[in-house]
Amino acid sequence: MPDSSRQQRLRKLVQEVAGKPAPADEEESLFESGLLDSFALPDLVSAIEKEFTIKVPDSDLNPRKFDSIARMDAYLADHM
Amino acid sequence: MSAYLHAFGSHLPERVVTNAELAERTGKTAEWIESSSGIQQRRWAAPETGIAAMGVSAAESCLKTAGFPTNKIGMLIVASGSGARGFPGPAAAIADRLCLLSVPAIDLPMASAGSLFGLALAMRLTETYGDILVVASEKMSQIIETEPLDANTAILFGDGAGAALVSSRPGRWRMLDAVLHTDGQYREDLVFDGTGPLRMNGLTVILQAARKIPASIEEVLARQNLSAPQVTAFLLHQANLNLLTRVAKALNVGPEKIFANVQRYGNTSSASMLIAATEWAGTNPAKGPVVFSAFGAGFHWGALVADSAD
Repeated sequence: MPDSSRQQRLRKLVQEVAGKPAPADEEESLFESGLLDSFALPDLVSAIEKEFTIKVPDSDLNPRKFDSIARMDAYLADHM
Repeated sequence: MSAYLHAFGSHLPERVVTNAELAERTGKTAEWIESSSGIQQRRWAAPETGIAAMGVSAAESCLKTAGFPTNKIGMLIVASGSGARGFPGPAAAIADRLCLLSVPAIDLPMASAGSLFGLALAMRLTETYGDILVVASEKMSQIIETEPLDANTAILFGDGAGAALVSSRPGRWRMLDAVLHTDGQYREDLVFDGTGPLRMNGLTVILQAARKIPASIEEVLARQNLSAPQVTAFLLHQANLNLLTRVAKALNVGPEKIFANVQRYGNTSSASMLIAATEWAGTNPAKGPVVFSAFGAGFHWGALVADSAD
């Protein structure tokens, strides 16, 4: 069951990093849609760490884990 | 053990390839190329100019700056990731052209982190082998220049060579410490398999580099009881101006401390750090700690710290 509050916080972070609203579809790829580029990804991961008070280890720095709101939500569900 | 950096040298091909030229061939705009990389132009070598020739030119430039005779070199270390042939690598050809006919000449086929690994090895080996010449030479245009050009890689890379002289004799900068790392699980994310073209998963490369470069710098500085704000200059692999900016931010230092010439030469892989060092050293830089750091295919990465010797 997705945590709607967590997804809202993720949407806010994506909007802050991208400078544009996050897609309505939580499954939509943030990279293939062009919303985020390779240099926005490190910023997004840092923002997630700060917002959710977690440390994403280097071994988890796989772009696929942060490719959509749904994937980020799933990652956080497993690590919080 | 004491090791010193005495001098740097570089070679850059004459031909300037502008963003306007690549925009036409990649279907992108010159503005997009600059905003995504910070690169305004790069140099591409002539078809007849090889990796060994550029490496020899950089080596001679370095030795001239050092005022050091070639025949006193005790070891040659050559980094190159874009060499087109398997074995022998370019170290043998460069040693031959420098008339170094009996000293060990070692290839490091490592791409972007090659010159950093070369410097770190030289730092440890100079006590045994005396004066060590570290050369890095890349002809990246020959591994990306395929038609149609791949916009994700063709805009980034340039050709060139750099060199550094490392010795146990006292010189301008005393080499204090180095940390080197490799994580082979990412070896398919940045690859040149010898037949080309180069393949790069940019998302993974940038994500990992943006973390590992600052982390390795902080690691080596902590071992020497130093912190990033105490460093006079950071001489990094010139991958992309946007990455250099993020490294500065992660280290909490001003961008002016990160020496950058990627705007003019693009990413020359292993050569870039030594080309940057050559230009930086020529500016009569302020004294104090200086940090070298690189990240590249493998992934290999690390950092080295030196300090003014006088």
